[in-house]
Amino acid sequence: MSTHATTRIVGASVPRKEGVDKLLGRACYVDDMEREGMWYGATLRSTIPRGVIRSISFDRNVNWSEFSIVTAGDVPGENQIHLIIADQPCLADGKVNHCEEPIVLLAHADKRTLREAVKAVKIEYDPLPAIFTIEESERQEVIVWGADNLLKSFQLEKGEVDAVWARAAHIVEGEYRTGAQEHLYIENNGMIAEYDAERGVTVWGSLQCPYYVFKSLKSVFDLKEDKVRVIQTETGGAFGGKEDYPSIIACHAALLAMKSGHPVKMVYDRMEDLAATTKRHPSRVRHRTALDSDGKLLAIDIELATNGGAYATLSSTVLSRATLHSTGPYLCPNVRVRARSWATNMVPYGAFRGFGAPQAIFAMERHMDEIAAAIGMDPIELRRRNFLHEGDMNATEQVMREPVILDRLLDRALQESDYYAKRERFAGENGTSPVKRGLGIAAFYHGSGFTGSGEVVLNSLAGVDVTPDGTVRVLVSNTEFGQGTNTILTQVAAEALGIDYDRVTMAPPDTAQVPNSGPTVASRTSMVVGRLVERASLQLVAMLREHAGLSEKYTTEEFFAACERLREAKGEVLSTCRYEAPPGIKWDDQKYQGEAYPAYAWAVQVAQVAVDTVTYSAEVEEFWSVQEVGRVLHPVLAAGQIEGGIAQGIGYALYEKVIWQEGRMANNQMTNYIMPTAEDIPPIHVSFEEIPFRHGAFGAKGIGELPHDGPAPAILNAIRDATGVAFNTIPLLPEDLFAGMAANESVEETAAR
Amino acid sequence: MSVHWPAIRFTVNGDGRSVNVPPMKRLLDVLREDLRLTGTKEGCGEGECGSCSVRMNGELVNSCLVPVLQAEEAEIETVEGLALNGALHLVQEAFLQCGGAQCGICTPGMLMAAAQLLAQNPRPNMAEIREGLAGNLCRCTGFMRIFESVLCAAANTPADGPGNEARHAR
Repeated sequence: MSTHATTRIVGASVPRKEGVDKLLGRACYVDDMEREGMWYGATLRSTIPRGVIRSISFDRNVNWSEFSIVTAGDVPGENQIHLIIADQPCLADGKVNHCEEPIVLLAHADKRTLREAVKAVKIEYDPLPAIFTIEESERQEVIVWGADNLLKSFQLEKGEVDAVWARAAHIVEGEYRTGAQEHLYIENNGMIAEYDAERGVTVWGSLQCPYYVFKSLKSVFDLKEDKVRVIQTETGGAFGGKEDYPSIIACHAALLAMKSGHPVKMVYDRMEDLAATTKRHPSRVRHRTALDSDGKLLAIDIELATNGGAYATLSSTVLSRATLHSTGPYLCPNVRVRARSWATNMVPYGAFRGFGAPQAIFAMERHMDEIAAAIGMDPIELRRRNFLHEGDMNATEQVMREPVILDRLLDRALQESDYYAKRERFAGENGTSPVKRGLGIAAFYHGSGFTGSGEVVLNSLAGVDVTPDGTVRVLVSNTEFGQGTNTILTQVAAEALGIDYDRVTMAPPDTAQVPNSGPTVASRTSMVVGRLVERASLQLVAMLREHAGLSEKYTTEEFFAACERLREAKGEVLSTCRYEAPPGIKWDDQKYQGEAYPAYAWAVQVAQVAVDTVTYSAEVEEFWSVQEVGRVLHPVLAAGQIEGGIAQGIGYALYEKVIWQEGRMANNQMTNYIMPTAEDIPPIHVSFEEIPFRHGAFGAKGIGELPHDGPAPAILNAIRDATGVAFNTIPLLPEDLFAGMAANESVEETAAR
Repeated sequence: MSVHWPAIRFTVNGDGRSVNVPPMKRLLDVLREDLRLTGTKEGCGEGECGSCSVRMNGELVNSCLVPVLQAEEAEIETVEGLALNGALHLVQEAFLQCGGAQCGICTPGMLMAAAQLLAQNPRPNMAEIREGLAGNLCRCTGFMRIFESVLCAAANTPADGPGNEARHAR
């Protein structure tokens, strides 16, 4: 079991492992790399949302013999991107199902010649009827996927919801909607590929999950495992946006490399990246809630729908996480959640930090404030009366076996934000001021790691080895993209091995060199993979004690001397561990019952918002976030994760709007897809309560996604507090505020008459 | 491809450079492709994100918006020129200590903006820091640790601005 109090390196803010390289500008991102004889690749994409490809013609004024041209017919293996199910072609074959679907690939030695040539290819279509919204898809008048447009559905049942309505003191209903959100990592997607008949395919690129890319390349090229190699380059932000899409661009670059006989670099520019790659699933969530006369939840009935886009990608697992987070951190004896993900002719939606939870929690936490207003109760008190506690069962009938300290988090958030005194002050000032201020809260949990039996299925393998020059290497396929994987995992290894942090490094993120320790997603790296690294390290120390005479107490130098003795005896210094589920984990995938996640991270957030009734701008003036994420392994990195997630959540709520025109993103530029800048983000106050989790690395639970779950509902709750108007849709831009407040005024005027 | 472009001369981090490239080629591409100084990054290609920020004749510019002909005879400073003989510039040192860099892709441009801010205003307040960095987007940090990094660097900056003597050996 992990111990808490006596760590030297874990819990300290050691320097970021790759920090100096990044600060000197010498960290090597994919676009910084060149290969001998390298060509450049480009993609021709569908300009219509659905149709049959009638013809592809090439302008005769271009010397096409200088180019390599790839279409679906050139795919040597299966023309499918393998993710959860194989429904998405690597290149469109005969028909297209969304705008920007890749159809033709071109490569040339000169980047600028290539750019001109793209304009000289003409694709003609016979259009088919297309659908874009959840409502159009669920009407099932036009079927665009499978037999019924339904990508996935889940039904979760606890107790007997329908037996409750008749005896409820209050029934409150609401509908909540969220829009698409772009990851807007500052480094666009990019990949370099090489092909060699002997060695097979090698790709270098910006990506989260080397073994996902590996799986797709293997089937697209019909190659054995030893003929596929995926190497992650320094990755400039991901947020889920480099979980699934890199498989596509890797296959494209590799197809061009095979056809041309040259290494091929494909790096999207911003407009292509915004238009063609995945975004957060838009959602519509309907709540019907029964309460008793004390404001205790009796029944929650939720109908949750997401827009999945044209192919299945990760929509089923996003929907799963949305389902499992949809009832919030509350105790309710009767729950029904009916969740569906609908296919449309939109660019496929994909993974994004939070993975369905931000959508579901937006609805639940907005709804809690609407319930409070409807039954005349303080929203804080309503939450407090319904919080889960240790020993309670959540919606999947998982018993909360670890301590639950929501009350403590709430108390601290209220105290740090000076909540009650400020609310009183704002109530006094708002009557006469054109600027109305308000406070809003959100309380939530986020499950760490894969859902249900997911971690068992992943069966992750991780390890440590020692090089002859005296360096420990952490062997994982988990990647660094800003969140701190390199630092956290080397800290964990150094701590468990009892040696200096400087003597531990990460093995290269290269499938030829590291085992499959699972994808870098789902807030699993610190808790699940970190624990594997901790166990492998402790196992190495035990081996050194047993076989190489390492004494009870030792210095770093004595450790490495013992490693060399072990190498003499065994030929290698290597320790690996496979995932073992914490005891007592049961999950029923059919009924959606049991231990949905091995652990939950918890948070209470408070937003202070000022709404200007002249300009209709809403400004977040200050933000507080109090969370329990298990043991904090690195205080500076942890705070950085929380602050970054909150900033992204503020963007989700108030700034970031994808404008769609017939299935195409119309504002695919940073000029008009607006993220918050240094001038927009308010002071963010972050505090941690630490309760070590026995089965995470040195007590860690997941942290990365949690902070994105709360800002949107907290901010819209604050706007309701400030203005008295309930806004139930994000993003909420000034024009939406104007429309909502004007409508409310006209209602009030009518009522006053 | 037989066009011979006239030479364009400028200095980069104090070294004289001469390139024979199309005059409308972006300074960003000249730095990255012709001079192989890949520390300067492209994020958007339209002057919104600031990842390609460099200093030109003492002014902060988006190198994606500068045709190289405008750099004739100019003094260009890039992230590669911040550290001296392996010693981090105090702005770099502060970013390392305070967690100002996460994924690192905005970092070179952010460092140039921060160094420029401190050169012009060695004791900026929070509002001045926010304004000074408003042209540089970071998607990872939420800016809090970047502000703290700049405050920390400012605390270590001599009142007459940062010079070479302010670089700390590591």
